[in-house]
Amino acid sequence: MSQPISFFSGFQPSDLLFLAEAAWRTLLISGLAISIGTFFGIIFGWLLYEGRIWASLTLAPVLDIFRSVPLIIQLVLFYNFAPILGLNLDPFASGVVILAIYTAALVANVARGGIEAVGQPMRRAARSLGMSYWQDLRYVALPIGGRAVFPAWVGVALGVMKDSALVSVLGYVELLKASQILITRTQEPFLILSIAGAFYFALSYPISRYAARLEQRWAHA
Amino acid sequence: MFDYNFHWRPVMRDLPDLIEAGLLTLQVASLAMILGILIALGLALIRLNMRGPLNWIATTWVEFARNTPALFQLFFFGFGLGAFGLHLSPYAIVLAGLTFNCAGYLAENFRGGFQAIPETQMRAARSLGMTATQAYLRIVIPQVLRIVYHPVTNQMVWAVLMSSLGMLVGFRELSGETQFFASRTFRIFEYFAVTAVIYYVIVKIILGASRLLASRLFRY
Repeated sequence: MSQPISFFSGFQPSDLLFLAEAAWRTLLISGLAISIGTFFGIIFGWLLYEGRIWASLTLAPVLDIFRSVPLIIQLVLFYNFAPILGLNLDPFASGVVILAIYTAALVANVARGGIEAVGQPMRRAARSLGMSYWQDLRYVALPIGGRAVFPAWVGVALGVMKDSALVSVLGYVELLKASQILITRTQEPFLILSIAGAFYFALSYPISRYAARLEQRWAHA
Repeated sequence: MFDYNFHWRPVMRDLPDLIEAGLLTLQVASLAMILGILIALGLALIRLNMRGPLNWIATTWVEFARNTPALFQLFFFGFGLGAFGLHLSPYAIVLAGLTFNCAGYLAENFRGGFQAIPETQMRAARSLGMTATQAYLRIVIPQVLRIVYHPVTNQMVWAVLMSSLGMLVGFRELSGETQFFASRTFRIFEYFAVTAVIYYVIVKIILGASRLLASRLFRY
């Protein structure tokens, strides 16, 4: 008896749609976390740069903690700590909060590096042209510094996008969790993981190539 | 608002076990880094000097390691290979996944390091009568190591943090052990809080040791 072995046993085209939806949820949670985190990260970076003593004594060590503890531990801790405070957060909200703080901790360093990259002489020149501190920051430091560290920021953002896979631990059905669900049902781990990997790759690779090309072009400019 | 009683006693009782698991974390991360550095050197040299299928394989490795989540890579070594009847132990899964990931990231660092060494140095070394291997080992690689020292240190920290994913493939390193204890006592917050502290200490020890080593290695 020779039965034809079907490579796609149990895996249906509709499952592909399920994975695509999950990929959308990965994009959603990481997009939200990256936006919020970047906003606060830039503010933190500016605070760190301005180097008032209280910022380097309070903010820096706190941000350092978020960079020195595994994200998965942070997620589990926060998810179990929120109810203690009386907050009732679903996995999505918890994931956004922790990913955003994590992003902010990473972006803070990038942002500070960006402001440092502009250099004192140019800042002074801007001020001597009669710009106020905020004008100098808005029209000189941010555009020039932002350009210098944009590739680094893309790296952080892509990292957070990939790390959002960890939110599956809390039960949020993003791409990786969805593939696990499908694996349990179809018993086709290799096929489904390959598809999930292809999704991640398709999300991340073009952006990382784009950033690398920008970096090269700006380095020669 | 704060009607929760913290119970730290069970955590303190299990603290020696947790610290031991922390050593296992350090062990698997170090091993993955050593293997990762060796493979990354190979990948970087292949990408710089070779054409054809070998270059293609190295490029694929690097791009997949960098553009997919580490957890996905672990699952791939864990469940994906199971489809071919290859069942790795949890330790092997974590080691393989971390090595794959670290090698990919380090390869790009090394490639940048090699590119930073002017080609004229290689030619100068060759014209002094060194073989290509000698020139690489004595002239190029020592300088590259200095350039990539800081990124390698960072990668070591990442390796320790990433090894926490072992918890999800049933590996009893620091995180896995913590989850085991936490699910036994339901003191999830307390256990994971202590584990976070242990990770923090491990990371600080690595960074401190690396700084100490750097001040000895790069004195001149």
